Amino acid sequence: MARERFRSGCRAAIPYAIAGFVLSMSFGVLAVDAGFPPAAAIVMSAIVFAGSAQFTALSVMVAGGGVGAAVAGAALMNSRFLPMGIALAPSLPGGPAKRAAQGQALVDASWALSARGDGSFDRWFLFGATATQYLTWFSGTVVGAFAGGVDTEKLGLDAIYPTFFLALLIAELRSGRAKGAAALGALIALALVPVAPPGVPILVASLAALIGVRRAEGPGGPAGEERAP
Amino acid sequence: MSTADVWLVIGLCAAVTAAIKAAGPIALGGRELPPWFAGVIQLMAPALLAALVCVSALAEGDEWAVGADTAGVAVAGVLLWRGANVVVGVLVAAAITAALRAV
Repeated sequence: MARERFRSGCRAAIPYAIAGFVLSMSFGVLAVDAGFPPAAAIVMSAIVFAGSAQFTALSVMVAGGGVGAAVAGAALMNSRFLPMGIALAPSLPGGPAKRAAQGQALVDASWALSARGDGSFDRWFLFGATATQYLTWFSGTVVGAFAGGVDTEKLGLDAIYPTFFLALLIAELRSGRAKGAAALGALIALALVPVAPPGVPILVASLAALIGVRRAEGPGGPAGEERAP
Repeated sequence: MSTADVWLVIGLCAAVTAAIKAAGPIALGGRELPPWFAGVIQLMAPALLAALVCVSALAEGDEWAVGADTAGVAVAGVLLWRGANVVVGVLVAAAITAALRAV
């Protein structure tokens, strides 16, 4: 059963893993262009494994920011994994150490794909989806780090990242409430872009999900009768 | 930037990322959460993903910016909305962005 779910997850993530390959390839190219040793670009993808954080840290360093600024930027960009981790938490069994270890499999596409739609997550599916993406994220960086001299802007590779998330978003827009949360999240983020440091607009946009507070249960779930209307 | 700084940034980014990913599961795992919470969780993905898309396609640093990439992403969005595969979407987005920059 677990193995089956794991395999389904592996398969479901293949399109995202292919897109991730191109994305991490452009990361490898940009990092080496910026002065990273190829091994550093590859190790970063292997142990950080968070695209938006890697691009953020890289661009802060290229802009002349220090170590602290680069890490802070990456941390803020990754802060969305806090609400995602909170959402995922009840679906992970075991003690704190085991749950923390399972939480490392958290990446955007896996998280979105493994949501069952009732607020719970299929953890083996999530692990499988992450495994496929890890493989291509790592190998894409290897190719990019040794490709050299590729102009990623000229090839339009910077359009891949938003498109990747747009595909995930469209799959999520099943209900009117989901559309409302998406519209509100987008507005919050865009409004904060001029005034907040990178990453913060996205973190704050998660507050848009609070419009779901009024409707307590997902479709088919036991209704919370004790709640006041 | 020195090579030592690069390695330092990589090590710290890895540690911080691992800590952030572990925080939610450690704090809230294995616990029955109140029913209203599920309603919020369901909407977390659309809210966060829409924010990521808009910031990455419509902003450059701390400024709003519409460029060739915005057009590429928009066209890909229409295709994705009509059921196109994510790989097709990504390729179309890159191709249109590249074409617009070439002219």
